[in-house]
Amino acid sequence: MNDKLYKVLLFAAALIMPIVCGGVIYALVTDAYEAFEHFGFFRFLTSSEWSYTEGAEQYGALPFITGTLMTTLLALIFCIPFSLPVALFVGEYFKGTRIAAILSTVTDLLAGIPSIIYGLWGFYTLRPLIMAFNISPQGSGILTASLVLAIMIVPYAASLSAEFIKMVPNDLKESAYSLGATRAEVIHKVVFPVAGSGIFSSYILAIGRALGETMTVTMLIGNTNNIPDSITSTGNSMASIIANQFGEADDLRLSSLIAIGLILFLITAFINLIGKIMIKRARIV
Amino acid sequence: MRKIFSSVMTLAIALAMAACGSNTNNGSRKAQELSGAGATFPLPFYNVVFEQFGQVNGDQVAYGGIGSGGGVRNLRDKIVDFAGSDAFLTDKEMAEMAPVVHVPTCMGAVVVAYNLDGVKELKLSGEIIADIFAGEIKMWNDERLATLNPDVKLPAESIIPVYRSDGSGTTFVFTDYLTKVSQMWASKYGAGKSVNFPSGQAAKGNPGVAGVIKQTKNTIGYVGSEYAFAQKIPYASVENQRGEFVLPSSATISAAAAGDIPADTRCSITNSDAAGAYPISTFTWMIIYKEQNYSDRTKEQAIATLDLLKYILSDEAQSITSEVHYAPLPAKAKELSITNLKSITYDGVAVLQ
Repeated sequence: MNDKLYKVLLFAAALIMPIVCGGVIYALVTDAYEAFEHFGFFRFLTSSEWSYTEGAEQYGALPFITGTLMTTLLALIFCIPFSLPVALFVGEYFKGTRIAAILSTVTDLLAGIPSIIYGLWGFYTLRPLIMAFNISPQGSGILTASLVLAIMIVPYAASLSAEFIKMVPNDLKESAYSLGATRAEVIHKVVFPVAGSGIFSSYILAIGRALGETMTVTMLIGNTNNIPDSITSTGNSMASIIANQFGEADDLRLSSLIAIGLILFLITAFINLIGKIMIKRARIV
Repeated sequence: MRKIFSSVMTLAIALAMAACGSNTNNGSRKAQELSGAGATFPLPFYNVVFEQFGQVNGDQVAYGGIGSGGGVRNLRDKIVDFAGSDAFLTDKEMAEMAPVVHVPTCMGAVVVAYNLDGVKELKLSGEIIADIFAGEIKMWNDERLATLNPDVKLPAESIIPVYRSDGSGTTFVFTDYLTKVSQMWASKYGAGKSVNFPSGQAAKGNPGVAGVIKQTKNTIGYVGSEYAFAQKIPYASVENQRGEFVLPSSATISAAAAGDIPADTRCSITNSDAAGAYPISTFTWMIIYKEQNYSDRTKEQAIATLDLLKYILSDEAQSITSEVHYAPLPAKAKELSITNLKSITYDGVAVLQ
């Protein structure tokens, strides 16, 4: 009897997620339909115009797709030199020591800081630095947003990577040492190949976080609705344009914003899919 | 355990007292909770007024500063008692919803704030402002700026215009002015709550724009006057129709409303031709439905809403305006509004006698 009850309960619980997910997709598609119908799906994707002129409204998603992908990619590049050493420190070199525990706790704490705090730090501390070093006159831009995003995603990449590095079997490492391998060689030839797929998946998770980040990006990217021509120029991201303009939008603009939301959803799903496939492939090898 | 119990009791008693406290009023009706949403531009004024109003009647007013357009959308969805807006509704917008009444609450200025090392005074004309925001004047030491400001040492740096990333009544007032003074602006960009500014960077809300200007050298941007005062950033004097360079102040904003005001108070007072008028001045409005019985609102709520508006139009509330860097309404606007308030009904019966 109890078993049956559990089964029903679990089944119901398992069913809720797909229903919610389906509902989200349904709502996005129906509300975005107007924009796609008006501009055409591919023209909406490839148009860089975002113009409010009444009667001749033109909404295209390309500047925001570019902005999101640029900030995410840069954040990923900036985050690797910080997160990988932390992961190796915690998971391999100082595994199980007190200092490793402190470092990993501190890194994890970074994940708990609300994004508005990162945004304010970026605005009041990093932005003036960017201006002081003459990197860009206006301070805001793709680069500034990416740097702060990089710090935000370090804990996601680092703590998961460390877990995977820890899981590399000792037998493997010890046999390498017994063959005369140095520590660097062990990391290079044993730890990375074995934990590689896990490390990869932790970076995918980090990318997922960077793709959808809204508040921090809005405060730092400059919010100009054009395709950025360099990494120091201003731009806008998909999440940020939605947050900025949703409150005032109606009709075609509202539909266009929801269409951007749908595209963001699809990009996130696509990247997660790539992650899953890569992990599977790595395991077979 | 005992300690916890006693502190819980204290809390309960305090809450009960607070609840009683909010019920005290002049006895004619129960204290109400009103909710509104809209413009951030008059928010500093509203914060003070709503608190004062609460002390008189015990009513509580919650106001969400979500932007003029958002406020109007909330009113259209009938989820608020009133909307705050810096832009009056167009005839087309009016036609799309049940009849509404515009009540001006105060006057304010959109100031052109800037961040330039060592520059404390700057004179600008409408055309120059339009050219700066259109990206046609690119450098601070541009010849036209230098001719207007012979005594100011302008740096050889690029101008960074700062504008609003969200739809905004402040943007409407500013671009409405630019449209009146610049042919080029009128044909290329026009007036609206969202406008395609071609250069510079954008930030969310009046505080966002003020923050970016304060933090970034060589910027220029438009914000509600109170936000420039609060951040202590300098702003330019702007040339009006009579060729006077005027700084925004309560007196110069009031001067802008010297002209005629239509019966429904929907009018733009930018680029006023009155003497001493600051040209980027505006009314800001509260918008309510003419028929107050909607979304299960009680008659008492309707009365409270009108009490609030009557209070805002009173001399007491209007005297607050200049303290927070806005300007009081001209007598004509108050008279018209009182007349308009008398047309408000609940179930078809006038609320005010």
